[in-house]
Amino acid sequence: MKLSSIGYSLRDAFRSLWRNKFMTLASVATVAISMVILGAAWILVLNTEYLASTMESELEINVYLEKELTRDKALEMKDKIQKISGVEEAFFVPKEEGLEAMEERFGEDSDLLQSLGGVNPLPDVYRIKSHDADFVPQIASELAVLEGIETVRYGQGFVEKLLSLTDWLRTVGLGVIFAVGLAAIFLIATTIRLTVFARRREVTIMKLVGATNWYIRWPFFLEGMIIGFSGAFLAVMSIYFIYDQLVQNISVMVSFVPIMTDQEVLYNIYKNLLLMGTGIGALGSAVSLHRFLKV
Amino acid sequence: MIKMVNVSKVYQGEVKVRALSHINLQIDRGEFVFIVGPSGAGKSTLTRLIIREELPTSGQIIVGGRSLPRLKEREVPLLRRKIGFIFQDFRLLMERTVYENVAFAMEAIEIPRSTVRERVPAVLEMVGLKDKMSMYPHELSGGQQQRVCIARAVVNDPLIIIADEPTGNLDPDNSWDIMRILAAINKRGTTIITATHDREMVDKMKRRVIALSDGEIVRDEERGTYRNEA
Repeated sequence: MKLSSIGYSLRDAFRSLWRNKFMTLASVATVAISMVILGAAWILVLNTEYLASTMESELEINVYLEKELTRDKALEMKDKIQKISGVEEAFFVPKEEGLEAMEERFGEDSDLLQSLGGVNPLPDVYRIKSHDADFVPQIASELAVLEGIETVRYGQGFVEKLLSLTDWLRTVGLGVIFAVGLAAIFLIATTIRLTVFARRREVTIMKLVGATNWYIRWPFFLEGMIIGFSGAFLAVMSIYFIYDQLVQNISVMVSFVPIMTDQEVLYNIYKNLLLMGTGIGALGSAVSLHRFLKV
Repeated sequence: MIKMVNVSKVYQGEVKVRALSHINLQIDRGEFVFIVGPSGAGKSTLTRLIIREELPTSGQIIVGGRSLPRLKEREVPLLRRKIGFIFQDFRLLMERTVYENVAFAMEAIEIPRSTVRERVPAVLEMVGLKDKMSMYPHELSGGQQQRVCIARAVVNDPLIIIADEPTGNLDPDNSWDIMRILAAINKRGTTIITATHDREMVDKMKRRVIALSDGEIVRDEERGTYRNEA
């Protein structure tokens, strides 16, 4: 491709975008709407994921040791617990500390120990964090068989339900992104196909005067890319501003709902939407053009 | 320049249509040839084979020294650059000006802009449309549109010009203008092949006539006339 031809391609691309203003506008709007839907689905899924992992990270296992266990034996258990696979960290909470915490909860004035007859009824406790919430039930069952342990609590029942819910949300989320993505590709490709179809006469004449297929393709590629990029850009701008507003409102009004504000992740989504829009635009025109090049 | 040896073309469909059978012909450089015959005789198929819009079912076609059945897909554009086309329905781009329609053919084969700017006005002057350069096709008469089409066909200096019913949509005066222009182009050495029904035109021009009927050559004579083949 010669330099002058790049000039022709660019000129032809812009000229035809301008001549088919309404088609161009319709295509850009289609891309924008598809991309907004895709982006919204994507962000929604990421937030669900964020919510799920926030909840999961708060899960911990409480191990209550037997009351008769000596302090030395209790401390020795730390090694055994940490050897269990999946355990990230085990914090030892001696019963004195447990009592102090309880007293604090009851208020400064009360003398809890005295009212209990000078005997601390609490056991020593290990608080255990796992690497992954999915390990929690497994770790708990391995802990239960250790010697010197009275009970293991991790919110049995609730945790299993939470885990299956978050798993389900992740699968559904991926499915939604995939489906919306496919719909977007189809919609954009169809729209661009229409613009190519409107110009098949031009393509035929170009072929007959001896234009190479690549020379014919370039303006269409450029058009597709310009349409795709413009649409995706509009979509990204809308998502950016709307999400920004949403984050501000939610953090003020319902502050207990965790909302994802990781700029890096968001910029990654924006970047991907732009790339996808541009790519689908170019691909859409290439695929549609293929048919008309066979003259 | 063009040679066909035992060329046949069968269109495969629900019903097989034999469009051309066992065509042998040779057209030399600088000839002016009319291809005549009733509708369905195979005139259009013959022109489509020469520009390799289609391949023959059997037989050999050589254009400008190249065998068309053996030509690779990517070599087709190079073949077509040696051939100019003129169509009955003009096939102009309605949303481009006269100048742009002609320049389009040069740009499509990647000729630098400076050459395009020199050449297009010169060619439009030759067909008598220099003052209509910035008009759009719908502002022109049929004869003028056909002259734009001719300008587009000759702008790249082809070796061969193929005209499919070039005067089919024109009145006699305009038809004569077109023929005079084609004859002038032929004088400069360009081979011209014209498929036509236009009896009067063929009879007056007194050029080589190849008559087709039912896909076969029934007559091929120098300085021939139209005549109805039985």
